[in-house]
Amino acid sequence: MLKRLLAVVPVVFGVLLLTFLLVHLVPGDPVEVMLGESATSADRAQLRSELGLDQPLAIQFKNYLVNLSQGDFGRSIHTHTPVSVLLKARIPATARLALLAFVIAIFIGLPLGIAAALKAHHWPDKLATLLSLSLSAMPPFWLGPLLMLVFALWLGLLPVSGMENPGSIVLPALTLGFGLAAILTRMTRASLLEVLHEDFVRTARAKGLSERTVILRHAMRAALLPVVTVLGLQLGGLLAGAVITETVFGWEGLGRLLVESIEKRDYPVTQACVLVIALAYVFINLMTDLLYTQLDPRVRYS
Amino acid sequence: MRLISVRQWPIIVILFWILAVLFAQLFDLQPNAIALERILAAPDGEAWLGNDDLGRDILSRLLAGAQVSLFIAITVTSITLTFGTLLGLVAGYFGGWVDRLLMHITDVFLAFPGILLAIAFAAVLGPGLNNLVLALCLTAWVGYARLTRAQALSLRNRQHVLAAESLGATVPRIMGRHMLPLLAAPLMVEATYSIAGLVIAEASLSFLGLGIQAPNASWGAMLRDGVRYLLVAPHFVLAVGISLMSLVLAINVMGDTLRDILDVKR
Repeated sequence: MLKRLLAVVPVVFGVLLLTFLLVHLVPGDPVEVMLGESATSADRAQLRSELGLDQPLAIQFKNYLVNLSQGDFGRSIHTHTPVSVLLKARIPATARLALLAFVIAIFIGLPLGIAAALKAHHWPDKLATLLSLSLSAMPPFWLGPLLMLVFALWLGLLPVSGMENPGSIVLPALTLGFGLAAILTRMTRASLLEVLHEDFVRTARAKGLSERTVILRHAMRAALLPVVTVLGLQLGGLLAGAVITETVFGWEGLGRLLVESIEKRDYPVTQACVLVIALAYVFINLMTDLLYTQLDPRVRYS
Repeated sequence: MRLISVRQWPIIVILFWILAVLFAQLFDLQPNAIALERILAAPDGEAWLGNDDLGRDILSRLLAGAQVSLFIAITVTSITLTFGTLLGLVAGYFGGWVDRLLMHITDVFLAFPGILLAIAFAAVLGPGLNNLVLALCLTAWVGYARLTRAQALSLRNRQHVLAAESLGATVPRIMGRHMLPLLAAPLMVEATYSIAGLVIAEASLSFLGLGIQAPNASWGAMLRDGVRYLLVAPHFVLAVGISLMSLVLAINVMGDTLRDILDVKR
């Protein structure tokens, strides 16, 4: 447990270093790129000292860490709003979207995976495999417009985009959730198939338990272990998928903020969004690993 | 009797796209030619897949986009496969601090979910074909390095490697002749999936405006334009989306097939 916790430290440090260095990867002078060619040299000098870019790299990194530890992500170079304010305004929208997508994925992926495993090599299995293969070849910028076309424009059931309407979340959440459902279906199928041949499943059947109990209580409990790991990894992955999904649907979340900041060359905001998403991903993965040790007593981090 | 088995259709789809891109060179297609009288025209005899928001022929642009997409996917795969494998071999063979350092670096890269790091690199490097390739290269090597390192670690203590070592074989020879051939199968499977992933990644970045710039065609940028005219010209998005899906699906299924044939565990 402690070992796993300690292993996160160098990763977090590396993530901080890499996001810090991002601005220094800008070809040429980042200040010039951000302000454009019309800016005066006084403007540039001011922004340069504001961002601390006139100081040695090591001092800049130290200041970056100190500021972050105080919750200071810098300011947007266009609106001068503190980035932390922007983040606070956008994170809840992304969290809602990702959680709903997660729930959708579980409600589709688990039953589909179980059905596929129980009827392996028959039509439910073939259908589930075809569905999950097709969905995993549909990135959000193609699945999103397709759902938009069918459910919003042709059937008129849901709003096309935006977030004013309570139904607005449905299409982006489905777009994001379907991709994960595809992965989950395949994982559940493979995992359950492996377990179904185990002795304890035969024992459960032999002692006369109903098939329902055998599958849900005995087999699934063992089969879920690898699925949990994948789910944890993918919940964090949803945050990356949200960048594109939010852009498709005009959902004002963290991903949209990231893309907007890139379009405006507002690097402090870009940096902060990348950092927050990466740290959330690291945190979710850590939680998954710890949960895994609770579910499976055979795995213990000493 | 079935003429084509399920296993063969991905090869047919992939061949179709490669041939389509090659044949497109023979014809004088003009993917950037604007025809204002045909703006968002539906598919007909003149333009099989219709026209886009500037009246450009969607089929021509689709083929130009396929060319870019395949070019980027194959270029990035070749570069990262070479570089990542080399790093993984060195780390797995020498172990020690070299290995620890490499693992720390890959851990950091893997801490960024999915396409996020490529987006971040593309954002700071700026748009354009070269920067797009660079951004994808900077992120795509990690998988190969991890895979090779893990395999090399176990190969390192195999009898034939130890024998070669004690006979005085040089390190490059051990890596090249005694370890690499045993790594070929898993690397081939990984590279196949990676090509599909890169087709999607290129389209994602272009969709966000970070990749290929107008007026040049790319599937991602076409999808972005298409979404705006979804109601009046659904054929635009559908043509591009179905093309992208067919290619990615085919490559992924080929990856599955390769994995089964070569008996690689993932």
